[in-house]
Amino acid sequence: MRKMTVYKLKTPISEEDVRKLEVNDVLYITGTMVTARDAAHKRALDFFKKGKKLPIDLQGLAVFHCGPIVKKEEENWVIVAAGPTTSTRMDIFEDKFIQNFKARVIIGKGGMGKRTTDAMKKYGAVYGAFTGGAAILAANAIKEVKRGEWFDLGMPEALWILEVEEFGPLTVAIDAHGKNLFDEVGKRVEAVRSKIYEKLGVPK
Amino acid sequence: MEIKIVENVAVKLLQLAVTELPQDVKEALQRAYHEEESEVGKTQLKAILDNVELAEKMRKPMCQDTGVINFYVKAGAEVRGLDKIEQALRNATKRATKEVPLRPNAVDPFTQKNSGNNTGRFVPFIHWEILPGDDLEITAFPKGGGSENVCVIGMLVPGEGMIGLKRFVVDAVIKAGSKPCPPNILGVSIGGGADIAIKMAKKALLRPINQPTQNPEIAKLEKELYAAVNMTGIGPMGLGGKITALGVNVDYAYRHPASFPAAVAFQCWAARRATALIHFDGKFEYLSHKVK
Repeated sequence: MRKMTVYKLKTPISEEDVRKLEVNDVLYITGTMVTARDAAHKRALDFFKKGKKLPIDLQGLAVFHCGPIVKKEEENWVIVAAGPTTSTRMDIFEDKFIQNFKARVIIGKGGMGKRTTDAMKKYGAVYGAFTGGAAILAANAIKEVKRGEWFDLGMPEALWILEVEEFGPLTVAIDAHGKNLFDEVGKRVEAVRSKIYEKLGVPK
Repeated sequence: MEIKIVENVAVKLLQLAVTELPQDVKEALQRAYHEEESEVGKTQLKAILDNVELAEKMRKPMCQDTGVINFYVKAGAEVRGLDKIEQALRNATKRATKEVPLRPNAVDPFTQKNSGNNTGRFVPFIHWEILPGDDLEITAFPKGGGSENVCVIGMLVPGEGMIGLKRFVVDAVIKAGSKPCPPNILGVSIGGGADIAIKMAKKALLRPINQPTQNPEIAKLEKELYAAVNMTGIGPMGLGGKITALGVNVDYAYRHPASFPAAVAFQCWAARRATALIHFDGKFEYLSHKVK
């Protein structure tokens, strides 16, 4: 395994830059990040099918699987807490999402499956795992809520367009070379199961 | 005892629980950071520690999922107004939802409607214990959804005994993987009926990690299970590493000759709990947290 490298990237992120990243690397993002959960992914793909433009061009940006707690202070929106949600729910949309919109970094928790991993390799994107539950750390890196879109989906499901500064640490858990850290860990854990049984005196 | 005092103390307990980890958990996370060998694991633990520190300083919930609210109440048999405590704890939950704030997490399973104030049928759930005396000890225990989703109860084969139990625990941890936001605390129970098993396992999570049990057999089993689950390599947030569990707490009950119930309750790294003791004269103290 190559030694972990720390990258600090600014949006828009190029395909070339994203392909430099490898699993285990740590990534911090500065620039524009957009939140999207299930409903927003679905609508974005519907828009694409109908040839309609999205409220924001996602090329080179970071997409965050997150339903933030947001409050309005006078005229401005403020993020109170913004931890990652479980990414596997977006697996059914993410391959087409990456292909169509060229978002370069997908952020969430828990990892994603083969469809997404394949799309990331083909079109050039990575998955950054943000520490589950670390909502204050995330909120602190969000410097400004530029605007919200698709409020009819509800607050957590809306598209929040955020300006972030050194958002992270993100562990690159899927890279643009087809490697998936969660799969690798899963395989290593499976291989050690029989050793643990043996130590405990448990028959196989 | 003034019932309003119970309500006020419970609001404070919820605020303390979601914003500040008990000392034993903080220490365990710091120890984990030093002991972790994988760079990825260390990165995750550092993020957790930074987040915990920020939450405490800013007095904000350390995780956006502020859980479903449980209270564990040890009531002295001579406490007057026991019948009013449940209402006081419900009121406290509603107030804390607004004042802290907590995320509304109580949903009607038929209509899918969120009550908006963290109360509903059996929510908050109150676990009662009646003891001699006239004191009231209340523990607020907000439990997150991610770790709750992987809790398991098994009716094992009595003939296999503890061997079966050990396999059950290891399999549960491997199956859970990254889902319960490790490093976790595990509550493990043996015996009872099916309902007693999962209740005991969850309650075992209340015991501070650094507080050893008096029972040598349990202590030995805890050590063995702790070493075993930390061999898995699941690591912090399931990204690979040495530290999968911060602690394993075991409890047991006698069982039916034909049954061997066992349960594993998972607690995420945000192991939130806060306890206060209210005396008969209304004076109170916080046992789990230093309150300035």
